[in-house]
Amino acid sequence: MPEPILDISGLTTVYRIAGKDVAVVQDLDLAIAPGETVALVGESGSGKSVTSLSILRLLPRIGRVAKGSVGFRSKSGVVRDLARLDADALRQVRGNDVGMIFQEPMTSLNPVYTVGEQIAEPIRIHLGKSHKDAAAAAVQLLADVGIPDPARRAKQYPHELSGGMRQRATIAMALACDPALLIADEPTTALDVTIQAQILDLLQQLQAQRGMGILFVTHNLGVVAEIADRVAVMYAGRVVETGRVADVFAHPRHPYTIGLMRSVPRLGEATLLKQAGTPLPTIPGTVPSLARLPQGCSFAPRCSHAIEACRAAVPPLLDTGNDQASRCIRWQEL
Amino acid sequence: MLTFILRRLALGLLMLIALSVLVFVLLRLAPGDPIDAYIDPNVSMSRAEMAAIRARLGLDQPMPVQYFAWLGAAATGDLGYSIQRSGVRVLELVFERIGPTLLLMATGLVLSIVLGIATGIIGAVRRNSTTDVGLSVAAFVGISSPAFLTALLGLYFFSVQFRIAPSGGMLTPGAPFSVGDLLAHLILPAALLSIGQAALIMRYMRASMLEVLNQDYVRTARAKGVREFFVIVKHALRNALLPVITLIGSTIGMAIGGAIFIESVFNWPGMGLLMVNAVETRDYPVIMGATLVIGACVILVNLLTDITYAAVDPRIQVA
Ligand SMILES: Nc1ncnc2c1ncn2[C@@H]1O[C@H](COP(=O)(O)OP(=O)(O)OP(=O)(O)O)[C@@H](O)[C@H]1O
Ligand SMILES: [Mg+2]
Repeated sequence: MPEPILDISGLTTVYRIAGKDVAVVQDLDLAIAPGETVALVGESGSGKSVTSLSILRLLPRIGRVAKGSVGFRSKSGVVRDLARLDADALRQVRGNDVGMIFQEPMTSLNPVYTVGEQIAEPIRIHLGKSHKDAAAAAVQLLADVGIPDPARRAKQYPHELSGGMRQRATIAMALACDPALLIADEPTTALDVTIQAQILDLLQQLQAQRGMGILFVTHNLGVVAEIADRVAVMYAGRVVETGRVADVFAHPRHPYTIGLMRSVPRLGEATLLKQAGTPLPTIPGTVPSLARLPQGCSFAPRCSHAIEACRAAVPPLLDTGNDQASRCIRWQEL
Repeated sequence: MLTFILRRLALGLLMLIALSVLVFVLLRLAPGDPIDAYIDPNVSMSRAEMAAIRARLGLDQPMPVQYFAWLGAAATGDLGYSIQRSGVRVLELVFERIGPTLLLMATGLVLSIVLGIATGIIGAVRRNSTTDVGLSVAAFVGISSPAFLTALLGLYFFSVQFRIAPSGGMLTPGAPFSVGDLLAHLILPAALLSIGQAALIMRYMRASMLEVLNQDYVRTARAKGVREFFVIVKHALRNALLPVITLIGSTIGMAIGGAIFIESVFNWPGMGLLMVNAVETRDYPVIMGATLVIGACVILVNLLTDITYAAVDPRIQVA
């Protein structure tokens, strides 16, 4: 594997809830190579968004990165730990080396500024361009993300654009400074199915042109199959399985991954788009509260393979060969 | 936009007429007689003489006739003559007094807006800090202390105890006009006038800012690498101002009540003092004229508020 642009190691993020620090992401390792797409999947509340926000330290006031490092290799080739960078240096990474898109395109655009102005802003901040040049660049970006009549659209406000167009605009905004890494937190979940497919195509096409790495957060395995090279499956704040998408889908090495895949029937190309609209049905039992995680493996209470040893200690990520790893001590018996 | 303004102006005119009817009726229902002012208590006056004065002033006519006579004249810009100061035109009195009032109110308003918005932002950004708690307590005290108390306490401390501000009037009598002198007289009543409104604006601003700071687009701005200062001042503030603009517009009517009070405490030669004197002497034409002008001002300010709102929020379509 080439030098990764993002190398997260031992990341633990805590939220202060009811006066106590609760670990919402624990001991997470994740690496992304240039031009690679890594999908982060898991049920609602498993910590996918917190992970993606932790990278640029965009956490709410109650959250902070407590442990671990977020190694990032910038355009110039220098590797820095974003978890320890001072605020001003971090600000220069945000929107410049790393772009972000969020789930809800309506609320993530500022209603009182034009779309063009919002896209031009990072160009002015990071590339030091004049208002006029940045505005022209914004129009070009809108054209790049497939918005017809970009000059007119740039002068419009978010409420004047359709949902799909808004999401294209936020993509244009995230890509404005040609970042090496794009973090996309469920960028298609709020859109209807045909628009979802268009946005996924657009992202893949832009990635092919620009060669950026993508961290793609989703709870939709169909989307993972379509877009990602590698996948990390999260459960209760931890990565429980990781590997190349084809390998993980062919030979899942964790009972939770198996459960997730069972809840998506007939994982074939033809059904992917139909599946794209529906959220994942849940596995029997409930997700444990992060404040009171069970002893040992967090998934054990819901797992039919669980034995005494599972409840004794949190299993480490075990190498299962073929660039795949699992937090199940019984992976060989599955 | 133009049709919107014209429609609002037409509506405002109707509201003014309604206001004048209301004030007219209330005045006639209130006890007291304007011609008392004409009667020298030391000289006895016969009923016939009193009736003659009434007839001369038109007070013997039925009420609707009186009202329409007044309205007809008002429509041509003639607001009649003061009864008490016979021969002085109401319009003249009002124009002489409106300048000082506008100066006092505008200064108070600017002070309260600047103070309220700045402290509101600080409170929201530094929420739950000592600064925030201190500001919130101050705002609570500001909102809940009655105007007469703050006005009298302010007068007592700054003018009487510390002697750092003149105790009343707009200019030092006899001295040549100077801006410094005017400001020295202006600052205390304007500051006292602004307290309540500043506190109210601060509370709204803080709440509104807190809500906006939780919005996704604020996080988006940070994700783009916008400096925290501009995240607050550019991305959050403009959105947070929207409800505050409405608040400011709707409290200006209240501020007028405060101004009338402050004017009588500080002997400020404005509309408030004019009104108070007119009410005391039942000087109907002056009360009517002053009410009309104040009402027109309130309506204009509200229109201005709506135009500002539309200018700040692109989602508002005025047509
Ligand atoms: N602002 C917050 N306050 C309190 N708890 C939070 C907050 N944000 C997240 N959490 C908690 O952190 C955990 C992880 O949340 P996160 O948003 O990362 O989940 P997710 O995997 O992105 O889920 P979804 O698919 O619903 O987006 C959840 O258990 C959630 O309850
Ligand atoms: Mg999420």
